[in-house]
Amino acid sequence: MGEEILSMQNITKVYPNGIVANNRVNFSINKGEIHALVGENGAGKSTLMKILFGLENPEEGDILLNGKKISITSPNSAILKGIGMVHQHFMLVPSLTVAENIVLGSEPRKGKLFLDMDKAIKMAEDLAKKYNFDIDVRAHVKDIPVGTKQKVEILKALLRGAEILILDEPTAVLTPQETEELFKELILLKEKGHTIIFISHKLREVKHFCDRITIMRNGRNVGVYKTKDVSEEDISRLMVGRDVILTVTKEKAQPKEVVLKVRELTFVNEFGKKALDNISFSIRNGEILGIAGVEGNGQRELVETVTGLLKCGRNKVLIEGQDISVLGIKEIRDLGTSHIPEDRMTYGVAENLTIEQNLISNIYDKKELNKGFLMDAKKIIEATVELVKDYKIKCSSPKQTVKMLSGGNIQKVVVAREFATDPKLLVADQPTRGIDVGATEFIRTKLVELRDDDSAVLLVSADLNEVMELSDSLIVMYEGKIVAYFEDTDKVTEEEMGLYMLGVRKQSDEEIRGVVYE
Amino acid sequence: MSKNLKFDILRTTLAIGIALFIALVIILSVSKEPFAAISQLLFGPLGTVRHFGNVVEMTIPLVFTGLAVSVMFKASQFNLGAEGAFFFGAIGASIIAMKVALPIVIHPLAAILVGGLVGAIVTGIPAILKVKWGASELVSSLMLNYVAFFLGLYLINYFFRDVSAGAMVSLPFLDTANLMVLIPKTRIHFGIIIAAIMTVLTYYYLYKSKSGYEIIVTGENIKFAEYSGIKTGKVILMAQLIGGFIAGAGGATELLGMYTRFSWQALPGYGWDGIIVAILARNNPILVPIAAFFLAYLRIGADLMSRTTDVQNDVIAIIQGIMIVLIVAASFLEKYRHKLTFKEAKENLGQSSKEGK
Repeated sequence: MGEEILSMQNITKVYPNGIVANNRVNFSINKGEIHALVGENGAGKSTLMKILFGLENPEEGDILLNGKKISITSPNSAILKGIGMVHQHFMLVPSLTVAENIVLGSEPRKGKLFLDMDKAIKMAEDLAKKYNFDIDVRAHVKDIPVGTKQKVEILKALLRGAEILILDEPTAVLTPQETEELFKELILLKEKGHTIIFISHKLREVKHFCDRITIMRNGRNVGVYKTKDVSEEDISRLMVGRDVILTVTKEKAQPKEVVLKVRELTFVNEFGKKALDNISFSIRNGEILGIAGVEGNGQRELVETVTGLLKCGRNKVLIEGQDISVLGIKEIRDLGTSHIPEDRMTYGVAENLTIEQNLISNIYDKKELNKGFLMDAKKIIEATVELVKDYKIKCSSPKQTVKMLSGGNIQKVVVAREFATDPKLLVADQPTRGIDVGATEFIRTKLVELRDDDSAVLLVSADLNEVMELSDSLIVMYEGKIVAYFEDTDKVTEEEMGLYMLGVRKQSDEEIRGVVYE
Repeated sequence: MSKNLKFDILRTTLAIGIALFIALVIILSVSKEPFAAISQLLFGPLGTVRHFGNVVEMTIPLVFTGLAVSVMFKASQFNLGAEGAFFFGAIGASIIAMKVALPIVIHPLAAILVGGLVGAIVTGIPAILKVKWGASELVSSLMLNYVAFFLGLYLINYFFRDVSAGAMVSLPFLDTANLMVLIPKTRIHFGIIIAAIMTVLTYYYLYKSKSGYEIIVTGENIKFAEYSGIKTGKVILMAQLIGGFIAGAGGATELLGMYTRFSWQALPGYGWDGIIVAILARNNPILVPIAAFFLAYLRIGADLMSRTTDVQNDVIAIIQGIMIVLIVAASFLEKYRHKLTFKEAKENLGQSSKEGK
């Protein structure tokens, strides 16, 4: 391992809403290493990297590259200094080809005006060959799988001469197989002399292939270790400051009556593609049915249909025996449906309103909270103070605006509201995405409690670990179809699941029909 | 919350200060009698009871249109139909005032009610177009203002015109319809009490009722509102109907309080001013009367200035323009705000580390 290539010293960053994301953080990496940056959400990892990439300006602190003080004011200046970043959400143009995306911003030109397409393709191909990336540079980005999109992002950074490559939670959207492949490529990059900063929540991966690890907690750097010197448990303890149990203990499910019935549901999206293709399944109360699958295989459309955000045909979806095609969202909720949405900032909350206002959006019109023409302010305060306490929402008062909270606490607001109505059916879409270990553990435990209180839970998650841990039974979706059903989650392995999720394997219709009962 | 409010007040005050300062500089540079002009602009309205009365008289319609615009903006509906609703409300009220014989008290109330309902039609049409077909309420309401204007003039000129009068005016109102003058030597009329009641009602409606909650949630995040089960189409329509009703009632009140027949030959402009009032008041009904009074004061001051000195009252347009740009510009004083948060955050950190020891 080489010399120190880059160090960040005494970095302090305060966001406009007053949150101190980085508090005098020191961070240093050596040439040619894979350096993991771990920490709970809101610990300040992403902020630190955004500062390094010029997306945020720190209030205090210095950045030294090869021992020389540099100033990074924009992503452009970071790129010029050989720092590249692959974002959590890809920044690609879907309608352009892979090659076009890779050269975008530094296109080879014919004359002064025209794009030299042949040269662009050649540049992209050479680059892919050099780093041993298996990729078709002529394909359109919208047609390629997520794993490949990530490769395009990496190549984009490499083309611009990135010596230091920042990867922000790169494996969050990948299948186990794709993750394996990514690791191989990163190790190859390392051998070619690149330095990689790897942000992750997944300790297993970190342990598996990173050289050193920096752990952050609460905006501070709490330690730098050689990966081989610490165990997964050590890292996890340092991250949260206490021991956490990442497995949820639960009894065997005792399912009773059918709450949700989906029958031969098909949905054609605006591009004419069948996002849902003849889906049938049932959920009974007292069980958690998990839906696994790579994102974009119809899970979102399924959730939106069941919760009424998308309209469906007659008698395709029944909740408590009621055909929901004729009902509005309000009526579907009145049947006892709750919904934890995938995108909490768009659907889950109104960020400029107070915690209180956000907690009552599904019950504000109930008799208990109203007195004649006006709402009963006292009752509302009582109800929300209790929810804030029960769900451990960290805030100075329920009158605080939601946008002042951290991601995990915002999610707790959503969960508190949706659980408070004692739902008969809970649709939980990525309930713990992007939130810290503590909040994740809390929400997972609550989900199991809800099941034990005889609710039916439909759990959709891209986190394979999570669906397998929480669900009693599992279905796998691929290209809008159910391709597998496992009645007992304990009897299936992650590797097996990966094969179904990638469409390599498919169960017989007979086996899949097991999930349909009356 | 309260910190934000303080900051907002500081920002608004500073914006007003800067705007006034620039206006003063302009006056100093163009006028031969700058000090007389400035003193008229700033203190003229305080000179006599009659002039101060003018300020209050002008405040009344501005409160109505300010409230109307606030309700619609609160729902994130940029309906600019308050102008048309105000005008058309006045037409509706004058027809009742001329043609329907009713006892005192009941007569003006009936006229104001009709004015409100007619106003609700003007803002309701763009609302229906929006909910049904997604047509931008901004564009359709803007154009509908002129439809309301010419339709109103047509009605008055063809059906209710007083042919014996020398000008294009309507028949006189029945005596029972007029709102009485409250303060002698001014024209401050009973409308001020109606405006006060309307302010309180609007505040309670927006911040304390179910329906107001729906408006606020829908205005802040319509997807969240829909997901929560709120029928957003209904809410969008409701906010605009109520806005139109308030504006229409304002037109009716203005007419019955200040005139004895319908004589407007142009749009009076209070609807547009309502937008300025709403922006100054940050769409908060309780702040609307203050903002309305402030704007009326400036207007009357400018009028007095142009009457007695060589400075035109167009100066007021400059003040308004600068004020609004500064208030609406999100990044005005943002660096200062950030400095404050940074300082506060550092102090908090210092404290917690001390506690830790």
